[in-house]
Amino acid sequence: MAEPVVGRRAGSAFDSAREQGRAALVGYLPAGFPTVAEAIEGCRVLVDSGVDVIEIGLPYSDPVMDGPVIQRAAERALAGGFRVADVFRTVEAVAAAGAPALVMTYWNPVERYGVPAFARDLAAAGGAGLITPDLIPEEAGEWVAAAEEHDLDRVFLVAPSSTAQRIATTTAACRGFVYAASVMGVTGAREQTGQAAPALVERVRRATTVPVGVGLGVSTGAQAAEVAGYADGVIVGSALVRCLLDEADPAAARRRLGALTTELAAGVRKR
Amino acid sequence: MAPQHGPGESGHHPNTSPPGASGHADDPHDGPDAAGHFGRFGGRFMPEALTAALDELGAELAKAMDDPSFVAEFDRMLREYANLPSPLYAARRLSAQAGARILLKREDLNHTGAHKIRNVLGQALLVKRMGKRRVIAETGAGQHGVATATACAYLDLDCVVYMGAEDTRRQALNVARMRMLGAEVVPVETGSRTLKDAINEALRDWVANVDTTHYLLGTAAGPHPFPVLVREFVRGIGDEARAQTLELTGTLPDAVAACVGGGSNAIGAFHAFVPDTDVALYGFEAGGDGVETGRHAASITGGAVGVLHGARTFLLQDADGQTVESHSISAGLDYPAVGPEHAWLAETGRASYQPVTDAEAMAAFQLLCRTEGIIPAIESAHALAGALRVAPQLAAELGREPTILVNLSGRGDKDMETAGTWFGLLDGAEVRS
Repeated sequence: MAEPVVGRRAGSAFDSAREQGRAALVGYLPAGFPTVAEAIEGCRVLVDSGVDVIEIGLPYSDPVMDGPVIQRAAERALAGGFRVADVFRTVEAVAAAGAPALVMTYWNPVERYGVPAFARDLAAAGGAGLITPDLIPEEAGEWVAAAEEHDLDRVFLVAPSSTAQRIATTTAACRGFVYAASVMGVTGAREQTGQAAPALVERVRRATTVPVGVGLGVSTGAQAAEVAGYADGVIVGSALVRCLLDEADPAAARRRLGALTTELAAGVRKR
Repeated sequence: MAPQHGPGESGHHPNTSPPGASGHADDPHDGPDAAGHFGRFGGRFMPEALTAALDELGAELAKAMDDPSFVAEFDRMLREYANLPSPLYAARRLSAQAGARILLKREDLNHTGAHKIRNVLGQALLVKRMGKRRVIAETGAGQHGVATATACAYLDLDCVVYMGAEDTRRQALNVARMRMLGAEVVPVETGSRTLKDAINEALRDWVANVDTTHYLLGTAAGPHPFPVLVREFVRGIGDEARAQTLELTGTLPDAVAACVGGGSNAIGAFHAFVPDTDVALYGFEAGGDGVETGRHAASITGGAVGVLHGARTFLLQDADGQTVESHSISAGLDYPAVGPEHAWLAETGRASYQPVTDAEAMAAFQLLCRTEGIIPAIESAHALAGALRVAPQLAAELGREPTILVNLSGRGDKDMETAGTWFGLLDGAEVRS
C-alpha cells in the first residue's frame, strides 16, 4: 500500500485537535465556484487560516438539503461548466495543502459516475471520503463496500429527529466523524445554532466514540466557540460561501474568507 | 386479505387493503418490500432529518388502512364529495374510428376534474389522523395544487403550495383557483423554476417543519412510503374499472392505457390488473418533440437509472448525473423522473412504456373532442393517442377487435389556452378584443 497522503483521514484531524484540547474546524466550499481554480484557491485560504478538515461540495442540480446561498453557488458552478471530474482536481489540491478533504455530495452524481470508480478516483486524488446528505446507511451498501476497499471515510448525518435506534445504526456505519445537523432545516447561517444540538450530541456520544461534528447555522467565531464547547468539530459552510458570493473581486473574496476563517479558528480554540 | 378483483365487490371499496398487500403476496410485482424497494428501484434517498417522519407516515398509513372507520370515511368522502366511482364509458364513435372497443374511465368527471382528488382526500384524511394541521404541496400544472387546496378547505387544514415561478406564469388561472380556496401559493425562483424545483423547495420546507407539517406529494414517486401511499389512495381507479369492465363486457379488457408523468394515474389504473397477465398494460410517456430530439419527458424510454427526489428510478440526466430539464406540451407530464413502481413494471416487462409526441397527443385530443364531445386533459390525450397506436397491433395479435380501457385521467379546461394556441383558435382579433 502506498504511503498515505499527509492528513488524509478526517479522524486523525479530529484526534489532533482533541489532543490540543479543542474542537476541529471543518470548512465547506463548493468545487467549481466561482471557477475550479478559484475554488482551489479558496480551499487553500481555509487551510492557511486554520481549518482542520475541508468539505468540498459537489455542485448538483437538485440540492434538497442546501439553503439559498449554497444553492446559488452550485448553480453558478454548473452554469460555468463544472464537471464531476473537476472535484478530483480540487481534492488533490486540498490534500497537497495538507488537510483531509471530504467530498460532500448528493448521491446521484456518485451513482452515475459508478460507485467503485468514484471511490477509486477519490482515493487516488488523496481524498479522505464522502459526506452524503441524502444517503442513509440502509441504502449505502455499495458505497460502504467501496469505501472499505479504498480506505475512505464515510460520514452520514444524524438529526434532532433521529431515534436512539437510528443514531446507533447510523453512527455504526460512520467512519471519520458523524455529522450532527444542529437544527431541523437546510444549510444557511442562523442567529442561533439550535438548541437541539447539545442534546443531540449527548445522544450521539451515548452510542459511539466516533467524533461528532455539528453543522447547519454556524457563521461567527462566537457561535463556533459555543458549539466547540460540546462537540468535537464545528462545521461551517454557507457563511464561508457567502464571502465568495458577495465579493466579485477574487482577491477581496479571499481576504474576506481568510478573515472569517481566522475568527472561526479562534472560536474553536476559545473554550 | 381477500383479493379485490371480483366483480361488484370493488366498486365502492377501493381502498380496503393495507399497503403492499393486495392478496398476491407471491406475485413478484406486488411490491414493495418493507424498505420500499420495487426490485432495485424505490427505497429512500432523503436527509436523515426526514426519516422519522417517513417512518411515522408508513406506520400511520398501515394502521389507517386496517382501521374500518378510516376506510369508511375515505369511502364516504369519495362517494359524497368527489363523485366516485367515476363512470366507465364505451366511446362508440371513437371506437369506430379506432378499430378497437375503447372504454374510457371518466376520471375527468371527478370533483376538481381529475383522478388527483382521490390521492389528496386520502392524504388529507391521514393528516387529520396524525394530528398535524399544516399541509405543503408542490404543483406543476396546478391541478395537484388545486386538488390539495380543495381537500384542505374541505378538511380545515392550512395549505401552502410551492410552484415554479415559470409555472405560476403559465398557469395563472390555477394559481387564482388555489388562492380562492384559501391556499398560499409560493412561486419558486430557483433552478429551472418548474415542477422539480417546486419539489425541492417543498422538501426544504418539510425538513424544517416536519413536526407540524405533512408533505402531500402529488404523484406515486418520492421516498418510501410515498409511492405505495399514493398508489393505495388512487388504486380505486383500476379496482372500479376492472369491476365495471367485467359488468359491461363480461370479460377483462385486452389492454389498459394510461399516461405517465410521475405516474399516479397510471399506477392507479394498472394496479388491479397487474395479476391479470392476459391484460396488457401500456404507459404512455410525454415524448415532446420526439425522444430523439432530446426535448421530451419520457424518463423510462429516454432516461437512465439514478436517484432523484428520494427514490431510485428512471430519470433524465446527463453524463454527470445532473438532472436534465424535461419538455412536454402537457405541464402535468413535464417531470424528469417517474415513480419507482413504473420503473419496476418496465424492467420486469409487465407493463410496456412508449413515448407519445406532442403532435400525436394533440391529434388524439382533437379526435376525442370531435367524436365524443369530451375535451380531455392533454395528459390524458397521450394515453388516448397511445391506445389508437396499439389498437391495430392488438387486433392483429388477437385476430379480433380488441377492448382497450383508457384512463381519461382529467378534463381539459385547464389546457384550453395551450390547445387553443396549438390549433390556432386564439389568434383571431375577435377573440382578443
